[in-house]
Amino acid sequence: MAVESINIHPLDKHLRVDRIPTLYCPGCGIGITLGAMLRALDKRINEGLIDPNKIVWVGGIGCSARTVFYVRYDAAHVLHGRAIAFATGVALANPELLVIVVGGDGDIAGIGGNHFIHAARRNIDMIVVMITNFVYAMTGGQVAPTTPRGVKTTTTPMGNPEPPLNAIKLVSALNANYAARASVTTPHYIENFFYKALGIKGFRFIEVISTCPEIYGRHIGLRDPVEMYNELKKRVKYKPKPSIEDADIDWEKGIIIGEFLERNNPSYLELLRGVYGK
Amino acid sequence: MRKTFASGNIAVAEGAITAGLKFYAGYPITPSSEIMEYLAEKLPKLNGIVVQMEDEIASINAAIGASWAGAKSMTATSGPGFSLMAEAIGLAVITETPVVIVDVMRAGPSTGVPTKTSQSDVLQARWLAHGDYIVPCYAPWSVQEAYDLVIKAFNTAELLRTPVIVLSDAVIAHLWEPLTMYDQGEVEIINRKIPKGTGIALPYKPDPDLIPSMPIFGKGFKTIVESLIHDERGYYAPHESAYRALITRLNLKILKKLDYIFDYETYNCTSECDYMLLSYGSTARVTYIAMLELRRRGYNVCMLRLKTLWPIDREKLVNSCRARKIVVVENNIGKIYMDIDRVFKDREVYSAPILSLEPPSLREVLEVISIWL
Repeated sequence: MAVESINIHPLDKHLRVDRIPTLYCPGCGIGITLGAMLRALDKRINEGLIDPNKIVWVGGIGCSARTVFYVRYDAAHVLHGRAIAFATGVALANPELLVIVVGGDGDIAGIGGNHFIHAARRNIDMIVVMITNFVYAMTGGQVAPTTPRGVKTTTTPMGNPEPPLNAIKLVSALNANYAARASVTTPHYIENFFYKALGIKGFRFIEVISTCPEIYGRHIGLRDPVEMYNELKKRVKYKPKPSIEDADIDWEKGIIIGEFLERNNPSYLELLRGVYGK
Repeated sequence: MRKTFASGNIAVAEGAITAGLKFYAGYPITPSSEIMEYLAEKLPKLNGIVVQMEDEIASINAAIGASWAGAKSMTATSGPGFSLMAEAIGLAVITETPVVIVDVMRAGPSTGVPTKTSQSDVLQARWLAHGDYIVPCYAPWSVQEAYDLVIKAFNTAELLRTPVIVLSDAVIAHLWEPLTMYDQGEVEIINRKIPKGTGIALPYKPDPDLIPSMPIFGKGFKTIVESLIHDERGYYAPHESAYRALITRLNLKILKKLDYIFDYETYNCTSECDYMLLSYGSTARVTYIAMLELRRRGYNVCMLRLKTLWPIDREKLVNSCRARKIVVVENNIGKIYMDIDRVFKDREVYSAPILSLEPPSLREVLEVISIWL
């Protein structure tokens, strides 16, 4: 009997391998991000700190949100912008569950902005990973709340007149326990920050600066995946203990990555136990 | 069994507690706010959670999430908030999530008159979200029935894995009446089917009754809650066969339980009726008095009151009464009338709409009915 040789990737056990290939374009940074997150999760599970049956992934709508249906865990692929609202119900109704929200900048900070703000304010027990590609990619390249000024998109053909939203600054102004930024050009930082977030209570936010050569690259003249990756890599700088002011995203001056915020405020569940008296 | 004196809003909250409510998310809006206020005090003592969200969109989405985490969940609102919940009601339909939505109707459109009553959301309850679906909808006419129908709403939601809407209104909400509440074991409480064991479960694979077991989070089922058209595994399936199969089943599973869902009451109905007054919710209260008054005046008139607004059991309705003329009395521009007219094809069906911010007076109701007598 012939012995079949099957190459199993060490992360396959975390994935619904029957759903691969994914829908992601060549050069997309989402796969790098998910891989780094899964390596961190794998470590935490192996440490015995996390029960894989108690993990719930929640995504709204967009390329990034779809990661949740490629992982082999309880997951919810819900409405555009409402992942955090759905996740809030999950986290509060069963405090045993570890809730991970993954979404793009449009899903989390655009249409979902109100839920993002209030989940951070309440310090709800969840991790939100926002994969920033500076554009609405799935719908074909419209302006996003994170698109830098001046960039021509399909809905800002004369250049984007609007100042962008900075999610790290926003979360820092609220009651979140953790805010960090990494880049797909530094997957080890995605892994480290996500690993750390998995060990903290309350609202944890990680922004991942990603590459989208197919849609955003086309807008800024970096259509080639390798070229876009290298251009981003040149601009990303890790800084230990960066200040909130360092969080500005400027393609010319560079993009600071690092851990912007670490707090030990009581999480929402702890606050609830406080007033409920148990 | 406990007897008390309560408002309709309190009855809604108590009915939910009796049914096993464990998670409530809401946003303040007149005339529904007392439901959340009452629950905020009571539910935590019963190991439940009440959270005031940032808006109604968050409220309904959190309630859906909580349901997948295993909790019976509810939200309550009024017209403007109900409008904001539209998209997520579609999410609850396609993900087959048990959740109860209470709409305490007030006068609209838009901000309308927040403190005054109306029955103008009855078609909104039916067609709130986009897509093809049927969401069961109950309309109580008293404080007691608000309690009873909220329990039935939870049972329907759990039995059928579906969102269920309860249409109260400003009159019922703030009306105080005697209320009998049940203790455990005194009323049927239905809980969702959950797959046995802890292995991977198919979240949308139906049993013969077309209703799938619900693999809730945290049990090792590796479930996918999927908003896209999906197959039995919850995998996106943008194919006509999968689309047809899912939409057909989502609708058929409701219709197959029509006998359980659809309910109505008749008053003074005999085989000899000339006229039937048809009404529902708070307007049925005065319509009932109008029926008695017309009988006193010598008219051979009876009354039918819908407890279930959607879906309607045509056969049951047609056979409910042989009256030749039917007058539909409702506090809106004549909305349920459209369906009643279709159901009773061979009879004379008339619309008697009232646009009243207060409970319609007997004089007003007699006026609109008399046109057709």
